[in-house]
Order: sequence, then C-alpha cells, then structure tokens
Amino acid sequence: MYAFDIERPATIGEAVSALTGEAMVLSGGQTLIPTLKSRLADPGKLVSLSGIGEMKGIGLSGRDLQIGGGTVHADVAADGSYKALSELASNIGDPAVRSRGTIGGSIANNDPAACYPAAALASGAIIVTNTREIAADDYFQGMFETALNEGEIVTAVKFPIPDAANYQKFVQPASRFALVGVFVAKYADGVRVAVTGASNEGVHRWTAAEEALTANFSVSALEGLSVSADNLISDLHGSPEYRAHLIKVMTGRAVTAAS
Amino acid sequence: MTKVTMTINGKSVAGDVGGNTLLSSFLRDDLRLTGTHIGCDTSQCGACVVHVNGRPVKSCTMFAAEAEGAEVSTIEGQANADGSLNVIQQAFQDHHGLQCGFCTPGMVMTAAALLKENPKPTVTEVREHLEGNICRCTGYHNIVKAIMAASGQDVSAIAAE
Ligand SMILES: Cc1cc2nc3c(=O)[nH]c(=O)nc-3n(C[C@H](O)[C@H](O)[C@H](O)COP(=O)(O)OP(=O)(O)OC[C@H]3O[C@@H](n4cnc5c(N)ncnc54)[C@H](O)[C@@H]3O)c2cc1C
Ligand code: FES
Ligand code: FES
Repeated sequence: MYAFDIERPATIGEAVSALTGEAMVLSGGQTLIPTLKSRLADPGKLVSLSGIGEMKGIGLSGRDLQIGGGTVHADVAADGSYKALSELASNIGDPAVRSRGTIGGSIANNDPAACYPAAALASGAIIVTNTREIAADDYFQGMFETALNEGEIVTAVKFPIPDAANYQKFVQPASRFALVGVFVAKYADGVRVAVTGASNEGVHRWTAAEEALTANFSVSALEGLSVSADNLISDLHGSPEYRAHLIKVMTGRAVTAAS
Repeated sequence: MTKVTMTINGKSVAGDVGGNTLLSSFLRDDLRLTGTHIGCDTSQCGACVVHVNGRPVKSCTMFAAEAEGAEVSTIEGQANADGSLNVIQQAFQDHHGLQCGFCTPGMVMTAAALLKENPKPTVTEVREHLEGNICRCTGYHNIVKAIMAASGQDVSAIAAE
C-alpha cells in the first residue's frame, strides 16, 4: 500500500470537510483495503466513517425502513423488519465480511455483482446523501457508476417495505458474490424485478418480467418470456447465454419463495 | 503515525501506527502475537480472523487505527486461565480438526464467534459459518465435527465422509 493517514471524524459534517483533494472515504474497507493493497488507489488520506454514530442503525417508521450508511451487513441480517433484505445481508460474503462491510460502502461501490444494489433497485429505495435524496432508478448508472458526486457520502438508504419479496443469488463460489442475483419485490402498485451479476451495464430492472408478474404474480407468468444475452457478462464462470438462462430461473425461484 | 489504544485479550495496549498499518501487522509485527496467521492477505482464507468487539473480523482487512478503543481477542487469549486448552481447542485436538495447523487460529476464532451466537448449530450452519475459512489439509469434515463436539452435541453419527 502507498502511505496515507486515516482521519476518524465523529460527525457527517466533519467527514465532509475532511474530504479534500485526493482523500477517499473508508467505510468497512472490505472492498477498499484490497484495492489499496493492489495499489489501485493512492488517496493520501482516508476519511473513516466508522466513528460516526449518526450513520449507524436501523429505524422503522410505518412501512419505511431507514438504514444508516455505516450499518454493517451483520446488523441488517439480524434486524428482520424487511425479511428479504435481512436474508440478502446474511448471505453476503462470509461472517467476517459481514462484521465490517456496510450498506453505504456497497451502494457507493456499485459492484456489478453486489447484492444490495439489486435490493435497492427492486425496492425503489431512496439513497440519502449528505446533500440530497436520489431515487434508486436514477442512482445506479452502470458498472461501478453512480449518481454520487466527488466527496458525496451515502448517509442512509430508505426502503419502502413491499408486500412480498425475495432475493435469489446464484453464488459464484470463488468470490462468493452473485454470478446472477435477482430481487423480486411486490408492491400494491406493481412488481419490481432487479438483476445483479449479469450485465455489463451493472444492476438493472427486467421490465418484461415486472409487467408479467404485476398482472399475475406466479412463476407461470414468466413462461413465455426470454432474456436476451446481448451485453451480458462473459467470463470464465459463465457465458452470456448461461447468465440469460439463470436470470429467468432465479426470477422464478424468487417468485416461488416470495409467494 | 497515529497513537492507538485498544484492549487485547483483556490487557490494555498502546502503540504508534501508520494509517496503512493493518490490524494483522500491528498484532504480529508490533506486539509479536504471531498466533494470528496470514494465509492470503487478500480477505479470502480467514487464517487471520480475530474478534473485534465480539465479532469475527479478518485482521488483514482492517486498519489498526480503526481498532482504537476496541476490545480485541486473538487466539493467544483463548486458552483457559490455567493454560489448558478451551473447549473448542480441545475438540479440535480430540477430533483431529487440524493437520498442519496453519488455518487453525482462524478456524477456532470463527467457531468461537459462531457458538457465542448460536450455541447448538446444525452441521449445515457450521459449514455456512466457515464459508470464509479455507483449510488446505483436513478436507473440513473433522473441523465441522470438532465444532459440533465443542457445542456439546453428539458427533458419533457424523462420519468422515
Ligand atoms: C470475501 C468477500 C466476499 C464478498 N461477498 C460479497 C457478496 O456476496 N455480495 C456483496 O454484495 N458484496 C460482497 N462483498 C463486498 C462487501 O459487501 C463490501 O463490504 C462492500 O461492497 C463494500 O462496503 P464497505 O463498507 O466494506 O466499503 P469500503 O470498502 O470501505 O468502500 C468501498 C468504496 O465505496 C466508497 N464508500 C464507502 N462508503 C461510502 C459512503 N457511505 N458514501 C460514499 N462512498 C463510500 C469508498 O471510498 C470505496 O471507494 C464481499 C467482500 C469480500 C472481501
Ligand atoms: S490472511 Fe486475512 S483472510 Fe487470508
Ligand atoms: S490444517 Fe493445514 S490448512 Fe488447515
């Protein structure tokens, strides 16, 4: 690693003022520390979020679940107020990763195979930052790309809790990320389906399945649909065609598990 | 350099660390607590697992400065007060849960975290909990058996497959 200092501010305000020049935010470090070890970043200074109390914790108001950006996966897993989300968190990586990794770090990083982006997009979540609120549909902009500006911090994520939901992850066994993951969420005004792990565009919605499932929330509604392999990821773990096939299979399993 | 103070295995410890000093190197290089092993240094193998504030953490993937004020426990703090092996360590010995022993500190610390949270896990739960711990020798069966035995459950039916 290159040399750098770590600052540990106690408030969001202090963190924002500390983020000058090349400085980077450090949350759980489960993605950033391996990046630093590979010398893919030379931040000069890290501004740690781990001492910021106001960014941790989970609050339920009515049907809205607000999760602080600094909340670790283990705490979301233990919460249970949004069952499908807690189940998703309990299957991220391994126990040690879940002790440190945070929802804010995952949403900010927007890895194309990460789990939380699928939950946020399928739930129509609101990404709360130190300056504004961004709808998930506008927030995720492709592989590792988000609407965040330089120095902007994800302080919380707000999830409207659906009537029924489920996340199905086909695990890529070496990385423990999703080879393909599908999050299905059913709300009074329609069903949303978000797919991770599959596309060169990153997390995205499968709108044809959403329409079919909104009309009829059952696996049979998916029968006539097919997923195009265009622009899906090709790597040694799976071809685009294989991933296209998995998207439909995982969506079906999620619908079965949710209903 | 930043000054850090933390409690390690019940003793208060202070030291000066650089921003990029990993908790694993603070433990091993500065404090000579070399029971915590470095197998991969890339968050994959779990040989470096310690507990920070009661939770399992890969010490190669946390900065020492982030442990300011924390309660840390390592394999060196696991034995009973009289120096005898604790229940988990003894079970690893009794059930041949180790061969070369390189992965064992991380396995024991991960098992301890599991049993604290879930005192009577199923075999499946043990296997899931060991997702981040790699062993190149045993083939895992005896590690799983040792952890089941340490939880006080009957392991006579758990055959080495
Ligand atoms: C072995 C292993 C297995 C894993 N498996 C999975 C998996 O199955 N599914 C999955 O989804 N993830 C997985 N992960 C990734 C894990 O969930 C990470 O914790 C997460 O992606 C990043 O969160 P973090 O808190 O560690 O962020 P960090 O690593 O600290 O930061 C990541 C990036 O986001 C920026 N950042 C962090 N927090 C914020 C914020 N609040 N606002 C703005 N920018 C911020 C940082 O500057 C950095 O660029 C795995 C990781 C490991 C090591
Ligand atoms: S040395 Fe830390 S996970 Fe392998
Ligand atoms: S006993 Fe040798 S690596 Fe596990």
